[in-house]
Amino acid sequence: MVLVALLALAAPLLVGCGSQGPAQTTGGGGGQTGTAIIGFTASKTGDLNIESIRQTNGLELWIKQVNEAGGVTLADGTKVTFKSKSYDDESNKDRVQELYTRLVTGDKAAFLISPYSSGLADAAAVIAEQNGRVMITTGAADDATYQKGYTLVYQLYTPASRYLTGAIDLLGSMSADLKKIAFVYENDKFSTSVVLAARAYAKEKGYEEVLFEAYESGTTDFGPFINKIQAAKPDAILGGGHFQDGSTLARQMAEKRVKAKFVALLVAPPEPSFAEIGDAALGVIGPSQWEPNAKYSKATAGGAEWVGPTIKEFVQAYKDAYGEEPSYHSAGGYTAGLVVQKAIETAGTLDTNKVKEALDAANLMTFYGPVKFDTSEKSHGLQSGHEMVYVQWQDEGGTLTKEIIWPDAAKTAKHLSIQ
Amino acid sequence: MDAGQLLASTIDGLIIGLVYGVAAMGLTLIFGVMNVINLAHGAIIMLGMFGVYLLFQTVGLNPYLAIILVAVAGLVVGLIMYVVAVHRVINAPPLSSLLSTFAVNMMIIGLATTAFSTTPRNVNYSLGTLEAGPVVITNSRFAASAAVILVTAGLYLFLYRTRPGKQIRAVANNRQAAELMGIPSTRVLAFSFGLGTMLAAVAGGLIATLFSFTVLSGSTYEVKSFVIVVLGGLGNPLGALIGGIILGIMEGIIPVFISVTWVTVIEFLLFVLILVVRPQGLLGARH
Repeated sequence: MVLVALLALAAPLLVGCGSQGPAQTTGGGGGQTGTAIIGFTASKTGDLNIESIRQTNGLELWIKQVNEAGGVTLADGTKVTFKSKSYDDESNKDRVQELYTRLVTGDKAAFLISPYSSGLADAAAVIAEQNGRVMITTGAADDATYQKGYTLVYQLYTPASRYLTGAIDLLGSMSADLKKIAFVYENDKFSTSVVLAARAYAKEKGYEEVLFEAYESGTTDFGPFINKIQAAKPDAILGGGHFQDGSTLARQMAEKRVKAKFVALLVAPPEPSFAEIGDAALGVIGPSQWEPNAKYSKATAGGAEWVGPTIKEFVQAYKDAYGEEPSYHSAGGYTAGLVVQKAIETAGTLDTNKVKEALDAANLMTFYGPVKFDTSEKSHGLQSGHEMVYVQWQDEGGTLTKEIIWPDAAKTAKHLSIQ
Repeated sequence: MDAGQLLASTIDGLIIGLVYGVAAMGLTLIFGVMNVINLAHGAIIMLGMFGVYLLFQTVGLNPYLAIILVAVAGLVVGLIMYVVAVHRVINAPPLSSLLSTFAVNMMIIGLATTAFSTTPRNVNYSLGTLEAGPVVITNSRFAASAAVILVTAGLYLFLYRTRPGKQIRAVANNRQAAELMGIPSTRVLAFSFGLGTMLAAVAGGLIATLFSFTVLSGSTYEVKSFVIVVLGGLGNPLGALIGGIILGIMEGIIPVFISVTWVTVIEFLLFVLILVVRPQGLLGARH
């Protein structure tokens, strides 16, 4: 009995000892080499798999490029190359927590990248914080994760609270007569944060909210929902959720000939495969974290430090590796790795605390755009430098093409006129 | 909220309700004939969805023609399933057949997940849209309702105008008496089971032409089928169709007045209410 009690007390101490810091370099001294493991889960199956695969592709491309360049050299001369270790989380929160624990304790991951989507990233962030590992979240915009007092979790994406506020500015610039907005969104963490922030902003700007309703994740029949939207007679429809439901909603709205003059949906429109729904995509607007025809460069860096490949270099490398245009999920995946790399180079070591300090101080400009983290106690890790661009699908000589229509400084085409 | 919108919602609901109805018919037929609750009902619906999807994707077969092939496959799957999993436990207490069909359900879903993963699928086949005032409906939905009406008519003609149909009704009525009259009850039971799964597969195929789906989508429709079967009367196919229509219309109209998320709650309240107040269902159990 006493022995059992002693073992029970001793066990957490023994387990706790293992998670101090990343342990994988083969000693210091010049000429030595080491491998740092980048751990993450990807939604290879399930509802989120399209976006997640793009994110993983971006990250793997970074690993390939940094290793080809000889890896990162630490202050003590050790050359560190990177290796990825990942599992399929099946778009499932419970799996995420099991798998990140395995990545830290079993696979000895030095740094963690989040899964795709705010819901899954939030689940993973807890594990990173508990186990003392730095985690860069990408594909995760919800503000709430960074308001929980974590110190090791850093966000790459523009937060949800800034996702649709630009769309409302865009709406205002298009016409002063469109005043009625319907907010229809997926009932999940991310979409809900986005529309709540957008709703508050719209109210501030004097818009009339004619509908504010959520649909369950995984809805495939939007029929009754769309009838409700039509009954509210909105001028603008804002919301959506992720790729699957967003594209289905857009398609079914077109099938039912919904007469709104402005439709802005989350996540789905910036994806190249959104065009698969055909004419239903025409005119649909979406906020994007990044576009291949964006204008970020060393010249526009201002006071920030320029890091990584140019946009052209990234897009070409991605196309060569994967045979398709990168989406912003791909850019996020790549930049997450890039940011870890830069932080290690600045810190000169793989030690978690030093890397954390480097991240706190980071003020970077990349092909993906500005990267700077909030270091206040209230929202530590929230992305403070990055902003959204807005794209719209337009018909160019019979082909559906994605153009950036907002903000003015970033745009590549004028928005379609409102019928 | 105007009349036009209400009309549009009702028609939408009616059409989708017909599809729910044909799904439920399969379940209720099996129960009516042999007192077995087929817990693999959802899995068969899912197989129907994937059958149409695969035929459309790989050989470009028109989904509506694919449904015919899927129906035949559904019949065969049902026959096999009866012989392998149900026949041995047909005279055992109901729990045995329940567990048996549940096991088949898990096996089918497991195999399908390995083969297809849980990625959502779509059959991208559009027939265009019909616009009539406030009512805007895709022609795929009309095609689906037309298919349901054809299938129901076919089922009734079969059950009431053909000899095998008569045999099925006899076995459903009183198996021992039917055997005494020389009806090969095992064959009839197997065929009835196959007929039930055929209806489920057809429902799955029709759903595939309307919505996106995954290997796990069958369960939603299975649950709706249970509600409909109780609503319409256990063992009564016409009751299943009418129950389906009622459920579909409810799903179309309720969101007009309150939040969409209440629909499932109300469906199940209705389910419990019927079980308590009129357990034989609206049309009465068995035929």
